[in-house]
Amino acid sequence: MKIVVCVKHVPDATAQRRFDADHTVDRAGVDGLLSELDEYAVEEALQIAAAHDGEVVVLTVGPDQAADAARKSLQMGADSAVHVVDEQLHGSDAIATSLVLAEAVRKIGDYDIVVCGMASTDGAMGVVPAMLAERLGVPQVTFAAEVSVDSGSVTARRDADLATETIEASMPLVLSVTDQINEPRYPSFKGIMGAKKKPVQTWSLADLGVDADQVGLAAAWSVVHSVAARPPRSQGVVVTDDGAGGRQLADYLAEQKFI
Amino acid sequence: MSEILVLVDHADGAVRKTTTELLTIARSLGEPSAVFVGAGIDAARETLVAYGADTIYLLDSADLTDYLVVPQAEALAQLVDRAAPAAVLVPSTPEAREVAARVAVKTGSGLITDAVDVRAGADGGPVTTQSVFAGGYTVEASVTRGTPIIVVKPNSVTPEQSPGAGVEETVEVAVSEAARSARVVKREPRTKSGRPELTEAAIVVSGGRGTGGDFSDVEALADALGAAVGASRAAVDSGWYPHSYQVGQTGKTVSPQLYVASGISGAIQHRAGMQTAKTIVAVNKDAEAPIFELVDFGVVGDLKQVLPQATEEIIKRKG
Repeated sequence: MKIVVCVKHVPDATAQRRFDADHTVDRAGVDGLLSELDEYAVEEALQIAAAHDGEVVVLTVGPDQAADAARKSLQMGADSAVHVVDEQLHGSDAIATSLVLAEAVRKIGDYDIVVCGMASTDGAMGVVPAMLAERLGVPQVTFAAEVSVDSGSVTARRDADLATETIEASMPLVLSVTDQINEPRYPSFKGIMGAKKKPVQTWSLADLGVDADQVGLAAAWSVVHSVAARPPRSQGVVVTDDGAGGRQLADYLAEQKFI
Repeated sequence: MSEILVLVDHADGAVRKTTTELLTIARSLGEPSAVFVGAGIDAARETLVAYGADTIYLLDSADLTDYLVVPQAEALAQLVDRAAPAAVLVPSTPEAREVAARVAVKTGSGLITDAVDVRAGADGGPVTTQSVFAGGYTVEASVTRGTPIIVVKPNSVTPEQSPGAGVEETVEVAVSEAARSARVVKREPRTKSGRPELTEAAIVVSGGRGTGGDFSDVEALADALGAAVGASRAAVDSGWYPHSYQVGQTGKTVSPQLYVASGISGAIQHRAGMQTAKTIVAVNKDAEAPIFELVDFGVVGDLKQVLPQATEEIIKRKG
C-alpha cells in the first residue's frame, strides 16, 4: 500500500505572525514549523502503513524552509519525501496549491491513499483536501475522527454539525483527518538520525508540467485589498474575587443588558 | 439586480439561523435565491420567503443526501452555470465548505472562506472581510475570477425579515457515477442538549481545565443566561465534554454577543475560535492567564465560587 501524506510548513502560531507588503503571509521572517494539524495526518499515515505493509511518501509545496516540514515527517517515520519548490509559487491560493499537489501526487503515482490534515494552522481554509480529490477524480473521505482500512476500502467516522456519520469509500482516495483521530508521536532519536539518510526529491513546476502562469500571486482567483492588524481590545476591568465576584459579574452583565 | 445564490443549511426542513443571515446579506448584494437540497421544503418555505428568497431552487434526489459533498457540488455547479449568479453564499459547515471548494474548481471561480462581513464594493461585486491569524488581522478581499464563492461565518449579520417572491423551481440534477464514490452508510443524529446551538447562540458560556471536569456550574450559568455551553480543547481532550462542543481552531468558531470563558487560560488555539465575540468575560484563578488580555470584564477567582454566585444573582434579577 502506498500512502502519500501532504504537509504544510506554516509560521509558528505562537510567534508574531504577519504579512508582507504584497499581502502574502510572511513565511521567511517568522519561525516556521510543520503545521500541527498535519502531524495527525502523518501519524495516521504511519499507522495505516504499519498495519498494511505500506510505504509513506511525504509531499510538501512551499519555499526552501518548507523542507523542515518534510524532514520532521521523515523523523516521525515516513519513508521518503517530495518537496515542490519554485519561486513562481509565491502567493499561490488554495486553488493553485491543489493543482500543484494533484500533479505531484500523479507524478508520485500508484497511490492508494492521500492523507491530509483537516486544515492548515495559517490559512485555515480547510478546502485543499476536497479540491485535491476533485482534481484527482477520486473519492474524498474528509474530517475523519476515526478510520479503519481494509484491503480495498476505507471506513471513517465523521462528526458533522448535526449528526455523526459513517462514510465508506474505495481506494484510491483522499482522506483528511481531524485532531481527534490519534496522538501524534514525537520523533525518536533513532528517527531523527535515520531521517538524514532518507531520500528527498526536489521538484520544480517544470518537473510537474505546470505552467507558471497557473500559479502564484498574479494567477490567484481572489485579491486581497487590505490587511490591517486588529487594534488591541481596550483593556477591560479585571476584579479579584473577595467574596462578591459573582455578584460583580452579574452587575456587569446587567449593565451590558445581557440580563 | 443580480441573482445571489444562498445554499440553505437545514435539518429535514428546519432552517438554521445561518441561512437567514446569508439571505439578509444576499439582499444587500442583489436578489436572493435559496438553493434547497433534500426533503423538507414544506417546513422551510415560510422562513426562506420571510427572509427574502425571491426564487427557491429545489434539488431533491437521494444521491444528494446518500453521498457527501460531491453530488451537491456537481448540482450546485450546474446551477451556477445555468443561473449565472453574481455570487454564491455558503454557510460555514464542514460539508458546505467542501461543496464550495469543489464548485470553485469546477466553475473556475475564486473562493473566499470564513467571511465575517460581505458588502457590495464599488463595482457592485462582493467585498469580504475576514478575521485571520486568531483574530490578529482583518483582511479585505474580493474574487477576481468566475463567480465569487463565499463561505460566511455564523453571526456575521443580524438577520432581518423582508419577504421575497418565493417562486419555486424544481431543478433536475445529473449526478455522475463518480460522485457516488463515498457513501454515507450510517447517520446518527446528535442528541439535543435543549440549549441553543453553539455556533448560533447569542451567548456562550465555556468551561476549560479550571472546571476540573465538573461542568455543572458552567451549565447552570449558561441556563440562567439562555446560553449555549462550550468547552476548551483541554476539557475535551480530558474527556470532560464532547468534542462537538469544542470552541477553537479545531472545533467550532463562535462569534456571539457575549462569551464567558470559565477556567480557560486562553491559548491561541482557543482564541482562534472566539476572539470575534462582541463582549468577552472571563473567570480564572490565574491572574496571569492570557484570556485576561482579551476581556471586557474579568474576575480573578475560583469559578466554583464565582459562577454559582453569579447564577443565583442572575436568576434573582430575572425574577
